Amino acid sequence: MRVGLFIPCYIDQFYPDVGLATVDLLEGLGVEVEFPAAQTCCGQPMANTGCNDSAQPLARRFVEIFAEYPYVVAPSGSCVAMVRHHYDHFFHDSGSTSQLREKYLQLRDRTFELCEFLVDVLKVDRIDGRFPHRVGLHQSCHGLRELRMGSSSERVECDFSKPAQLLATLEGLEFSQLQRQDECCGFGGTFAVSEEAVSCRMGMDRIADHEQAGTEVLTAADMSCLMHLEGLLRRQRKPIRVMHVAQILAGRAVPA
Amino acid sequence: MTQTHTADHAEAAAKFLHNASRATWHDQSLWFVRAKRDKAAQSLPEWEALRERASAIKMHTVTHLADYLEQFADRAAARGIVVHWAPDAAAHNRIVLEILQRHQVGRVVKSKSMLTEECHLNPYLEQHGIEVIDTDLGERIVQLRHEPPSHIVLPAIHIKKEEVGELFHKHLGTEAGASDPNYLTEAARGHLREMFLTAQAGITGVNFAIAETGGFVVCTNEGNADLGTSLPKVHIACMGIEKLIPRAADLGVFLRLLARSATGQPITTYSSHFHGPIAGGEMHVVLVDNGRSDILGSDDFRRSLSCIRCGACMNTCPVYRRSGGHSYSATIPGPIGSILSPLRDAAAHHSLPFACTLCGSCTDVCPVKIDLHHELFTMRSELGRAGQIPWSKRWSMSLASWAMQSATRFNWLGGLARTALRWLPRFFIYNPLNAWGRHRELPPAPATTFRQQYAQRKRQQTKSS
Repeated sequence: MRVGLFIPCYIDQFYPDVGLATVDLLEGLGVEVEFPAAQTCCGQPMANTGCNDSAQPLARRFVEIFAEYPYVVAPSGSCVAMVRHHYDHFFHDSGSTSQLREKYLQLRDRTFELCEFLVDVLKVDRIDGRFPHRVGLHQSCHGLRELRMGSSSERVECDFSKPAQLLATLEGLEFSQLQRQDECCGFGGTFAVSEEAVSCRMGMDRIADHEQAGTEVLTAADMSCLMHLEGLLRRQRKPIRVMHVAQILAGRAVPA
Repeated sequence: MTQTHTADHAEAAAKFLHNASRATWHDQSLWFVRAKRDKAAQSLPEWEALRERASAIKMHTVTHLADYLEQFADRAAARGIVVHWAPDAAAHNRIVLEILQRHQVGRVVKSKSMLTEECHLNPYLEQHGIEVIDTDLGERIVQLRHEPPSHIVLPAIHIKKEEVGELFHKHLGTEAGASDPNYLTEAARGHLREMFLTAQAGITGVNFAIAETGGFVVCTNEGNADLGTSLPKVHIACMGIEKLIPRAADLGVFLRLLARSATGQPITTYSSHFHGPIAGGEMHVVLVDNGRSDILGSDDFRRSLSCIRCGACMNTCPVYRRSGGHSYSATIPGPIGSILSPLRDAAAHHSLPFACTLCGSCTDVCPVKIDLHHELFTMRSELGRAGQIPWSKRWSMSLASWAMQSATRFNWLGGLARTALRWLPRFFIYNPLNAWGRHRELPPAPATTFRQQYAQRKRQQTKSS
């Protein structure tokens, strides 16, 4: 099975090991991974800021670059949500782009967040490995409520979580029990800067919840939430460690 | 009424958070309501089906609104209710004033109505010498403080009982230092009883107007709508035109959702049905458009007209809970207000759709399934098109877009940034302009990127194979 790997821009620049762990994990499951080097950014920061003119060329690039792959996988729920739910209007104008729109519509249903891909496409039911730690799973909002990677606390539905389901198969792993199971961390893209006070307060409240729950390793399927939370943790020299889900599933050690 | 000042949510929110313990208290009070709502929702296995049904009824109604409005007006008139049509807030206020003046009303009691807040009816009537007494306890508290409500269901949620004690001591003559909620409520009850007995007219809002019957329903937990309309001979009910539902049979769907979503109660204490004037009295209904027809014409924002004003999106919003209702400087705060306010006046409210992380909790909690966070997302691009986004954001985004349109540029600029982060002295990076770094560390900048490490790995793999 051939997969085009999309590594979000900030992961490429700041968290290379999250990308490598994703490659290791997929290759370990027999997937043929290709990283098209022309890729950069999906355009989400621009679109979230209301700057569609800036987002559109990036959306079109994304589709051109990835159209040839039977599947596209990214270790980020938020970028995948952008592609799946917020791209359509970028391909609405007339002329040569209608072909591109066709390409997009086909690509949309083949683009997956990593855990989704493992559970829904590869039908992985267990990951061999050991992770004897108390793990706090942060349910990143876009993965949760845009991609429905898990049940959200607001809705009346059966409990499930694709990242938790995969993590739970690791030997020795124990989940910490949060008081607010899926409250937002406060990152929110440019919100983190333009509403700095609320953003940091939300992050600190999330961290306090993980502290009372005894979280040793804080994880999520979105590195952006973790970048924000880790920034707060490191500033306050707190002992909680941060790892992307892909790193835990790929058998990486807890960072010192 | 157009607000002339431009409100910045971020600034107001930062001020609110300055008092950290109060912010904690505010967050926890509202989370308590959200948790109560969760329990109430979980107790109904049909919850999601109810939401679906409510959403469908509302969408059906607003897309056939003209017909249902006519039907309602005809049936209401047949019941002896005088129906008035107000295209905007000014017309609404004039109509209400004219009725009150005709009856020489000096004091009017009013139960909770977000519509009259939207139209700024109170100051208008006061300017014309009519005393308006808000009779919902929370609303009376904020009225005595000369403040707008900070929440649409819990208007005084930002005020502590000790502060209510001080306020009542000053205005109602309660004992100094008293803060026992029972004692204070009893005092307010006595004070309001006097108002109910002496008012010459009662104004109420409308939760649901039923086209089929020409009647309407007002929901309160304090019974103040009943008290305010039973004694005075004149009852004026003010409603936005979107409050309509087609049939009496639809009401059950909404009453079940409303109380559970608003406060976690199985049913609101008083759901009062009005079907005509009391003996020898007059009943008026004022149907107000005030921009609603424009929203109705918009494919992107039409669903926001389904709102039943339960306040659940406020209780769940992590930003609202940590910034307070007043930080929105709008009649309706929180997620739904951040859609409705910029639709009314984009220049005054442009910061509101950005007071949001797009977490989507509001969408999932909404009993009528308004796609709130998607509308907020769309509103941002509308504001972009209208030139209502600060140049700093526009400029940085177009620069980022330019950098990202070429992998070479992106790699080169990324390398430059990481090198700077690695070698520049700390005070240079964590400067006052770096909002990220005020309370957070930046991520450590690695020497090589993913793509460099990946390419190296591929080269090694080719060599060894």
